[in-house]
Formats: sequence, C-alpha cells, structure tokens
Amino acid sequence: MMRFIRSAFVIARRDFGATVLSKTFIFFLLAPLFPLLMGGVFGSIGARVATQAARPVVAVVSSDKDFDRLSSARSELAQALGEDTMVSLVHYPAEPNLALQKARLLSSRNPPIRAVLTGGIDHPRLTGSVADDPGTLGQLRLVIANARSPGEATPALLPVTNVESSSGSEVRDRALTAQIGQMLLFFFTILLAGMLLSQVIEEKSNKIIEVIAAAIRIDAMFVGKLFAMLAASITGIVVWISAGAVLIQIMKHGGVATLPAPAIGWPGFLALGIIYFAMNYLLLGAAFLTIGAQASTVREVQTMSLPVTFTQMLIFGFASTAIGSPDSPTALAAAIFPLSSPMAMIARAAEDPQWWPQLVAILWQGLWVALIIHFGAMLFRKTVLKSGPQSKWWRLKRA
Amino acid sequence: MLQQVSQSAAPFAPAVEATELVKDFGETRAVDGVTLAVPKGSIYGLLGPNGAGKTTILRMLIGIIDPSSGTRRVLGQERPLEVAPEVGYLPEERGLYPSMYARDAIAFMGSLRGLPLSEGRRRADELLEEHNLGDWAKKPIRSLSKGMAQTVQLLGTIVHRPRLIVLDEPFAGLDAINQGRLEELIRRETRAGATVIFSTHVIAHAERLCERVAIIAKGRVAFDGRVDEARAKLRPIVRLRTRAAEGPWRSAIPADARRDGEEWVFELPESGPEPLLKVLIDGGAGIETLAIERPGLHDAFVAIAGPSAAEAMGREKVQ
Repeated sequence: MMRFIRSAFVIARRDFGATVLSKTFIFFLLAPLFPLLMGGVFGSIGARVATQAARPVVAVVSSDKDFDRLSSARSELAQALGEDTMVSLVHYPAEPNLALQKARLLSSRNPPIRAVLTGGIDHPRLTGSVADDPGTLGQLRLVIANARSPGEATPALLPVTNVESSSGSEVRDRALTAQIGQMLLFFFTILLAGMLLSQVIEEKSNKIIEVIAAAIRIDAMFVGKLFAMLAASITGIVVWISAGAVLIQIMKHGGVATLPAPAIGWPGFLALGIIYFAMNYLLLGAAFLTIGAQASTVREVQTMSLPVTFTQMLIFGFASTAIGSPDSPTALAAAIFPLSSPMAMIARAAEDPQWWPQLVAILWQGLWVALIIHFGAMLFRKTVLKSGPQSKWWRLKRA
Repeated sequence: MLQQVSQSAAPFAPAVEATELVKDFGETRAVDGVTLAVPKGSIYGLLGPNGAGKTTILRMLIGIIDPSSGTRRVLGQERPLEVAPEVGYLPEERGLYPSMYARDAIAFMGSLRGLPLSEGRRRADELLEEHNLGDWAKKPIRSLSKGMAQTVQLLGTIVHRPRLIVLDEPFAGLDAINQGRLEELIRRETRAGATVIFSTHVIAHAERLCERVAIIAKGRVAFDGRVDEARAKLRPIVRLRTRAAEGPWRSAIPADARRDGEEWVFELPESGPEPLLKVLIDGGAGIETLAIERPGLHDAFVAIAGPSAAEAMGREKVQ
C-alpha cells in the first residue's frame, strides 16, 4: 500500500509541477476574468438599453401651465413608485399644425418618443405606440388624475424600521447562495476535469506511458494523475475565491460580511464547497481519465467526452431541483444519486443548517469515489497500453 | 524489502526465468510457449526480426502485460512489479516529457523506481557529465538532438543502479559512435554486477556483446544458449582455391559443396582438417589458398531461424 501511495505521489508531483509551474497556468488563473469582463461589457450595454426601454418618454404638447401641473403630479407619483420606473415627460409648445407636429415628434430619435399627449389636462388624448405598454398608459392616467386633483394622491407617511434580514429575505438569499454554489461547482468541475483528458493524451503521444507502466502499477498512475489535477484545480479555485473576496471587499460597501450567509455558515460552506468539488471532480475526472485512455487523438477525446458532458448537464439539472426544497423527494433522490449528490448537497448546505446530512453524504460520496476510481483504474489499465491494431474501446479484452 | 527479495532468491538462480509463456492478442498468438533462462550477471540477447514477438516477451518479463499462460520469475519474484525498483527498462518507443530538463527527466525515471528525487538529480548530473552532456543538464528535452534524448532516456534507465536492465532495441536510431558508447555502457553495467537483456534485429551487436542469445522466430524460441553453442550448430566452413581443375583430390570435395567464384565452399568434414589436407596434397590439387572459417552468429541464425527470418532481419537492417 505504501508503495502504491508513493508511486501515485511521484506521478502527482510531476503532473502538479508540470501544470502549476508552467507559464500557461497564469492564463488558467486569469480565465475567469474573461467571462467577468464580457459580462461587464455586455451588462453595461444591456443596462443602458434596459434603462432606455424602462423609462419611456412621452411628449406633452400643451400650455406651460398644464405641463407644470402634470410635471408636479408626476413628481408626487415618483415618490411612491420610484423615479427610475416613471415615464419621462417632455414639454413641447403647441404648433399651428398639430398633426404634423405629432408625426414629427413620433419619429424623433433624440429623445426617442413613445407617445404624444395632447389636449391638456381637461381633454387629454394620447397618440403613440402604447398598445403593448399598459404600464405607461396606467402611469399617465394616474398623473393626469393627480394633476386634475392635486394632493389627493399624496402617498401616506409610512415610518420604516430596517432590519438586517427577515425570514422572507433569508430564504430568498439562501436559495440564491445555493444556486450560485451549485453553478460554480458544476462549471469548475466540467472545465477542470477536461484537463485530465489532455494529460493522458500527453503521456500517450510522448510514449512515456510504457516507461511508467514498467515501473509502477497503472492504477497508481491513474490515482496520481487524478489527485495532481485535483490539487492544481483547488489551487486555482483558492486563488479565484480569494481574488473574488478581495474584489468584493474593495467594491462592495461593508465587504464580504454583507453577502447573504448560507445556513451552515461561511466557513462550513466554503469547506464543504472544497470537499464537494473534490468529490464531484473525482467522480467526473475518473470518467474523463478512463475515456482519455481509450482515445489516441484529441479529436477522439472530444468526440467521446461530449456525451459525458451532456450527461453531466442533465445531472446538474436534476441536482438543481434541490434548491428551495431540500427535503422534497426529488432533492433527496438527487442527494442519494452519487453523481448528483455533491451538487445537491452544496445547495442543501446553503439552505439547511444541519451538519449530519452533510457528513453522511460525504461518507456516501467517498464510497462511490473509491468504487469509481477502482473500476476506472481497472479499465484504464486494460486499455491504455493496447498495442498493435487499434481495438474498439468497447471490446475490453485483457491486455 | 528489496534486501529481503534479494536474500530470498536462490544464490545461483537465473536473474530471469520464463516457462512456457504464451500471449494471445485476440485471435493472434504473439508468443507461443517461450521458455528461457537468463543467468545473473550475463548479457543476454533476444534476436529476431520485427514481429517475432521480442517486445511482447520483454513486456511480459517485466510485468507491463500479463501472459495468457505460463510463468515468469524475475529476480526471484513471480510478480515482476514487486522488484521494479531493481529493474531498469528502455522501451522500443522512446518517450520523455519534452518540457522537462534532462537532469529532471533522469531523476523522474529514477523516482518511478523508488530513488529519492534529490539523489536522482545528483546522480543525473554525474551521469550526464560522464556522457559529455553536462552542459545540457538544465536544458529541456525538446532542445536535445534525437541521439542526446536517447542517451538521456538510457541514463534514466540505469540511474537507480538496477540489478536487471532490459533494453528493447537499444541501438535503433543511434549513430555508429553512440552505438559504440552504448555497447561500452552495457559492458560496464555487467562488470558492476547487473544482468542485461536486450532485443535486437542486428546480429552484429549480439555477436559482440552477448554471452547467451535466444533466437526468436514466429513467437517461439528457436534457440536458447551460448553464442558459441549457436555457432557450434554449424560445422566450420572451408574455402579452397586450387591450381588444378580436376584430379584425384576432387574426392575430398563433398557433394553439396558450392562454387563461390574461383573458390570451393563447403563444411569441414567431421574427420577434421588433417585428412582433408592429405587428400588434397596427395591428389595434386595445387592448393592456392585454403581457409577454415568459424561460422558467425549470422550463419547460425540462418541455420536455426531459417532463410526467410534472416532475410527479414537483413531488410530491417537496411531500413
């Protein structure tokens, strides 16, 4: 046993060093920046578009007096509904040819005008594209009503006492934490387990696999590779989480302390996150490594790994049913099914403060990890050293 | 543990023994009942053309693959991987990590066999210096020439000072100078007490290096023994040139003798050279030249493995 562990360690040390000490690992660490940057760029564009779409502009063709009353009424309503959600009113003095003026305003680009209000407060008439926009129409009705009888629609004084959280907000926040935790677990696993495939291809293309196979048990090599990439992945994740925490500390008022705390607490949640990532990674990684052993080219690897990736997405979908109702039958099934268990349980950690289900799940998953690694290594040993004519991967004859 | 293994092995037991080894790949029988014994401290050659089964035999002997049937015993152990730290193996298809430094590659190969990494690096530096590659110790493998990379891999095979060194076609791809160096390295390792088994399809290497050879043809051992014994399978060859074309001396020429230009070529009769000479002289042959040649390993190989195997070996050598 000691020799097995020592052999696995030799492989793990080589692979870990080759991965983490390579220049390309810096790109690997920077990888999450790219989606964040993309998200930021597209998010700001989207936000601008959304702002424009959310605040329609209505041109008011009226006397100055009528417009002042409408504007005051709008301001009062904005106190109740919020400035950002209210229509904007822009005043235009009436021109001799009203029809022409309306047509010109409706085709105006700056500002883009949704509708034109004419007839003043007494005989209001709206012309514009508002058939699918009942919100704008409703707001204008309220504004006009308020302008006709100022003061009647003044919002009542409602003193507010703010608390840190309520049961309603806690459930919502924890569900969000569960969702984010589960998604991170899924994406990290899918992205990082894929790296294992290239590892086997490297060994095969460098033809060093025979040197290794002559010196140590092939299953020690399998385990060494698996844990080397797990260690490299955890290195990356620790860097990313630390960088994320620093970023939040700098950018968010109050820092990480203001983040919605998971039910089990942040230290426990982060520890479970690492454990469940390891479990998920080992389960999926063993599958990827076994697939890598069957293939001799990158193309073959990609073809073979596609069904596994899709299956993993289905499993992710299954595990996501645990969010919001961790004791439902489907959530319990997702927690018991070994491949979805890590993702289901990280969601549970965000929503349920009890530790014993987590400990049971870790033992259960550990058992399955051992089983899958055992069978994966066996398959790996039988197929990775196939020489001579390429045999079909499903014909697993003893080498 | 290694000491226990060494002590448990009988002192005069062969370093490697194989009994009736069979290996089937699907419907194909690659190795068919191979039995051989490699004495400790010897240089042992596996001779045969490509496809004869040499690599498969070596892979079974060192435990990369298991035989379909038959038994093997390596340094006293039936499970070869148990003695992996005492074995060095150079596969036919050379392989190293391209981005690894030469010294690290050697140390890594040693660490696979249980040598601590720091000690491996120290020995790697020594070995590289000895082989005039000291300046390349901290250069990545990808920057080395093919010959240098092969030398590095060979040094990685012996860095942990194995008692058994198994080399699969070690001379392939090396130029004449590096082949000479490799031959010297093999001799040096055996002088230090190691047993060396190597496969080759170049008979000259086996003839120069080996004390014992196994001639492999179609997955079987056609011959296993000392090189002298292989040669002894054939009678010495007589090459004779005479001034006289005909005469009573012709009675000394066997019926199966052949002409090679002006020379008669035939096996030395069992009675030896003296009666032959007497008949030739008394019969008025007028001996111009007479040579009695000891048959080479190549001749023995042709006789044992058959002309088609010899032809295949010749083709591979040219390639």
